Amino acid sequence: MISQFFVLSQRGDNIVFRDYRGEVPKGSAEIFFRKVKFWKEDEEEEAPPVFNVDGVNYIHVKVAGLFFVATTRVNISPSLVLELLQRIARVIKDYLGVLNEDSLRKNFVLVYELLDEVIDFGYPQTTSTEVLKSYIFNEPIEVDVARLPPLGPASMFMQGTKRMPGTAVTKSVVSTEPGGRKREEIFVDIIEKISVTFSSSGYILTSEIDGTIQMKSYLTGNPEIRLALNEDLSIGRGSASVYDYRSSSGGAVILDDCNFHESVRLDSFDVDRTLTLIPPDGEFAVMNYRMTQEFKPPFRVNALIEEAGQLKAEVIIKVRADFSASVTANTITIQMPVPTHTARWFCSFTSLVHFSLLCFLQVSFELESGAVGQTADFKEGAKRLEWCLKKAGFSSISFSFYCFFTFFVQIFNILLSISGSSWKNVLQIVGGSEHTLRAKLTFSQESHGRNIAREAGPVNMNFTIPMYNASKFQKGHDGKQSGTLNAIGQGWWVIDDLDRGSRSLAHLFRETRSRGERERERERNKNRRTPVRNGEEKET
Amino acid sequence: MAPPPAPPQKSPSPSQPSGKSEVSDLKLQLRQLAGSRAPGADDSKRDLFKRVISYMTVGIDVSAAFSEMVMCSATSDIVLKKMCYLYVGNYARCHPDLALLTINFLQKDCHDEDPMIRGLALRSLCSLRVPNLVEYLVAPLGAGLKDGSSYVRMVAAVGVLKLYHISAATCLDSDFPAVLKSLMLTDPDAQVVANCLFVLQEIWNLEANKSEEASRERETLLSKKIVYYILNRIKEFNEWAQCLVLELVAKYIPSDTDDIFDIMNLLEDRLQHANGAVVLATIKVFLHLTMSMTDVHQQVYERIKAPLLTLVGSGSSEQSYAVLSHLHLLVMRAPMLFSSDYKHFYCQFSDPSYVKKLKLEMLTAIANESNTYEIVTELCEYAGNVDVPIARESIRAVGKIALQQYDVNAIVDRLLQFLEMEKDYVTAETLVLVKDLLRKYPQWSHDCIAVVGNISSKNVQEPKAKAALIWMLGEYSQDMPDAPYILESLIENWDEENAAEVRLHLLTAAMKCFFKRPPETQKALGAALAAGLADSHQDVHDRALFYYRLLQYDVSVAERVVNPPKQAVSVFADTQSSEIKDRIFDEFNSLSVVYQKPSYMFTDKEHREPFEFSEEIGNLSLGQEPVGNSPRYDESDKDLLLSTSEREENGGPSTNGPAASGYSAPTDYNSSLVSLSSQTQSETAISDPGMPKYTSQMTLAIDDLLGLSVSAAPAPPSLKLNPKAALDPGTFQRKWGQLAVSISQDCSVSPQGIAALTTPQALIRHMQANSIQCIASGGQSPNFKFFFFAQKLDGPPLFFLVECIVNTSSAKAQVKIKADDATASEAFFGLFQSALSKFGVL
Repeated sequence: MISQFFVLSQRGDNIVFRDYRGEVPKGSAEIFFRKVKFWKEDEEEEAPPVFNVDGVNYIHVKVAGLFFVATTRVNISPSLVLELLQRIARVIKDYLGVLNEDSLRKNFVLVYELLDEVIDFGYPQTTSTEVLKSYIFNEPIEVDVARLPPLGPASMFMQGTKRMPGTAVTKSVVSTEPGGRKREEIFVDIIEKISVTFSSSGYILTSEIDGTIQMKSYLTGNPEIRLALNEDLSIGRGSASVYDYRSSSGGAVILDDCNFHESVRLDSFDVDRTLTLIPPDGEFAVMNYRMTQEFKPPFRVNALIEEAGQLKAEVIIKVRADFSASVTANTITIQMPVPTHTARWFCSFTSLVHFSLLCFLQVSFELESGAVGQTADFKEGAKRLEWCLKKAGFSSISFSFYCFFTFFVQIFNILLSISGSSWKNVLQIVGGSEHTLRAKLTFSQESHGRNIAREAGPVNMNFTIPMYNASKFQKGHDGKQSGTLNAIGQGWWVIDDLDRGSRSLAHLFRETRSRGERERERERNKNRRTPVRNGEEKET
Repeated sequence: MAPPPAPPQKSPSPSQPSGKSEVSDLKLQLRQLAGSRAPGADDSKRDLFKRVISYMTVGIDVSAAFSEMVMCSATSDIVLKKMCYLYVGNYARCHPDLALLTINFLQKDCHDEDPMIRGLALRSLCSLRVPNLVEYLVAPLGAGLKDGSSYVRMVAAVGVLKLYHISAATCLDSDFPAVLKSLMLTDPDAQVVANCLFVLQEIWNLEANKSEEASRERETLLSKKIVYYILNRIKEFNEWAQCLVLELVAKYIPSDTDDIFDIMNLLEDRLQHANGAVVLATIKVFLHLTMSMTDVHQQVYERIKAPLLTLVGSGSSEQSYAVLSHLHLLVMRAPMLFSSDYKHFYCQFSDPSYVKKLKLEMLTAIANESNTYEIVTELCEYAGNVDVPIARESIRAVGKIALQQYDVNAIVDRLLQFLEMEKDYVTAETLVLVKDLLRKYPQWSHDCIAVVGNISSKNVQEPKAKAALIWMLGEYSQDMPDAPYILESLIENWDEENAAEVRLHLLTAAMKCFFKRPPETQKALGAALAAGLADSHQDVHDRALFYYRLLQYDVSVAERVVNPPKQAVSVFADTQSSEIKDRIFDEFNSLSVVYQKPSYMFTDKEHREPFEFSEEIGNLSLGQEPVGNSPRYDESDKDLLLSTSEREENGGPSTNGPAASGYSAPTDYNSSLVSLSSQTQSETAISDPGMPKYTSQMTLAIDDLLGLSVSAAPAPPSLKLNPKAALDPGTFQRKWGQLAVSISQDCSVSPQGIAALTTPQALIRHMQANSIQCIASGGQSPNFKFFFFAQKLDGPPLFFLVECIVNTSSAKAQVKIKADDATASEAFFGLFQSALSKFGVL
């Protein structure tokens, strides 16, 4: 059973520390932090989530840059502890609205209160935000969200944040609106992680979608909610035909497998693909699903890296948005590691779209790696950059150093924000548009021609597409819906002032092929790998 | 929490004051507020308490303010109370005298009107961990267990466990376990039931080593009655309690196949749960239940594949790591079943390296004729990965697949392409692999050597790679024109070579090269031997000296010794024994799977699950109950195999009688709640007087066995075996090697025994029940091999080691016994024989 639970900041300070069983000697937090910080076992540089030091098992997850750690001496189920830690983080987030170091420090008494009820003597008791409500008496001290650094693309690269938490709603489940009246709201979010691998000729090698339907409920009185999925949805296909794309020519969505939150009742699921649930308070995943059915990827990415002389190479990345122009993708980042000896780069960015802000942008930038003074300047210049620079390896003096294209995008950001535009616009890509990025790289060592392509890549891309299609959506559910739907934030939905009698949230699901028809969809974390290869290097 | 004064190097920041002045300042302010009833007093108290708690969190000792905190705690503000409880719980153990101050107000709060306050106070009272305050705990706990509020009962149940850890005797004397047991079977609140269950489990697990009764109590937790009762309520439990229940069910030994299928059907929908812990716990139940049913076991694998893959894809990378570790275990056990799912194990860009590493291992394991090409192509992409450890790992994976003999031709080409990449670490890894490949497939030497010969030895720095290159230079010097000269230049730099491994290889390579091309190498060999003789490393020195003398003695003999014709290696040794792998599999859904080590390798003794023991007891009880008392209950095969004498001896007629008669179909339990509880009470009532009888029967049984079987041998009647004997495999192996065989005998096996031996587990469990532990077993029908050991109960720890080979087709068993004390081996053999005979062997 769990012996201790603690939360450490990125610098290793105890923010919360709770000893449940007194079996683990003092100083465990310090031992843990040192071990994680300087992990050097098995050639790996990153500590695994579970490890053992002197008979004490340290199990941790990283959430919002904080370490949530549990220690134990017994041979416990690792999955149980990891799920529990993740859940604790989410419960805390439900209560504080925002989960970060600042909010935790301000509300640590409330967190202690929660921990007291969540775990007793090392045994998990309850993690239901709703049940906990009756035991919690501290009022959350809200952190000023506006002052937080925006959860830009940078946050996506933080290790362990495979799934970016919903950012739009940062309200505590126990807080009340200034007017005293509580808003009846529920937010539904579909988050998909798309992984597509293209060969150099553009042929799709693998494609997979891992999706989650996430809800965040602020409804009172436990109303029942029905969630209708595509009626032609089917689940499960023979494992043998998982990669048999021919069979998927029909319009039906076929999920390989899915699982559900425990509150979901599947009584009528087989009949009309409806999930019935009484949503518990706070944020939770209604359903996780996985599909390998063929789908049209929303973006095409072409990457080319060419040698241009002894110490130089040029990288060209083209991104084409293969969706309708009425839809706009946000927070796009593209990253691609470049050869390790890259000393400087010079890049330009072109987008071929007639759109006010993105008409023609040509920005150039030059930076020398290892020049510590300049790095510091950047840190001062913009907070966001700091993280990126760290990731990019500026802080290390060695030449093992990857440049992420995120970095470029961020630089545009800064330049543009100086000229008064907001960064969100800059990072948008409108459907049908095409963008090209050229970067000239200079190497500090002589390169071996054929290796550049091998050392660079794969290209990785993250994006969010909120689809503003509310009117069509409403038509889809036959007037049963008496409230109004407002789209707010990044694809979160608000159902406001619902008639208590017939609350139903209908037809909310994705359909890969006819996207945007009657559903809104939000996609995130597209994960695309394009093995960059030169023509002559194709498979033998 | 941490050492009292904060370390001086800590910079004083507003959030982390370090000096004592802050603490005394706090004390002063608290004292001023203590009696205050002013309107704002609670708010300022809150602020002060918060500061105290925050100091406590960062590790500053604020225990000096203990009495002030207690003085301030007389308040109706629940937030303040909670902070105070937290504080008190933290410091009471180090200040037992001060803790006494808190008892008063905690006890008062235990009688508060608000169930919340009662619960909180009870929890804090039990968390004080002060041994001499135990007397104050019993009454509030007793009241708490009967409280009307489920919250208080929930807290009280855990409180019993806390009390047990402070003072086991007090806890047991107050008869709390019995109360918990009835609460577990009757309470309407699922969380109370769950808490009772785990508290009882922990208490009996710890007590089982001390008393017979406790181990019997523990086995009743695994009885069909309780397991079914809890399974029927499983949907009421929250997900964490479900994990716990499933953990219990995994230990349950089903009576027959219907039992197995009932449980599996009931739990089927748990596989669709979004919580990975629930799914894994369910899978463990499924796997363990079907252990003896090969075809169903395989179906289980097919069934669990999809949910596991979905879990890998959902959740954070830490969660998918835990799931992936289990998938890894399953893949390693049955790679064939996963060979078509290889694309799921492709690494993704954003995967952390610990996930990638697992995936690479899985890809290696599932490679077969049909998918090798795709897998190797994918792995080759990773070789240029920016993540160097992963790049290395993937090159190794390619090599391992090549060694598995699939599509070697293409793979060798790829490996050779790696060498052309001219990246140091790629070259290094590839060289090691090419060396291994050549040892297995000498026919490829021609192609490989052509490429390897082009590598400049200056680019190879890593000792392993350098050693591999030097080995190849020596082995294939006849095909590499430059070999003697490369070796010569390497030998010239002898002093700069740090790794002894490389120098050793250099010596051998020089020798080999000398035999093939004497005139060119003679000088280099001389230099190598001279340098080797002067080397400070013992092994290098010895090898040089050995070679030198060998050459002096006779050159042709030396050639036969150093460079004999070699046979291709067919299989490289597997690093992990199958015994260890089985052990890990038995501990499915635990840290063992993540560490890839069985639990005894990383947990200390007192925290280890006494699993062998529990199974042994559970088995025994399961055998006896239905036979003696429940005629409408289908007898399992195993029961039929028990000889009549054992039924008479062990079927303790009354101990579990009333409970056993309550057996009925699983659905009955909910409805017959009331009757169940009354049964439980009667059962507990009976168990006490029943106990001495039970033990006497046990000893009688053993004496009886001795008399029965060892008629001829003058057995020392005092030989009793330690039921909890422990021996680690390493020691077993060493002992086995050291000791001489004291008894070796062939026996015949009865048809019943053969029927029962569908899996080795059947015999193992049976022998465990007779205090003979199995340390290793294996084999497929018809040949099974077992290694057992047992320990003498009294006196010095003397072990008996047994090797038992059973051939079911010829119905023969061969037993070899080795003993620390050879004189006692006859007696032990008697015990062993009688145990076997009860199983049907002999």
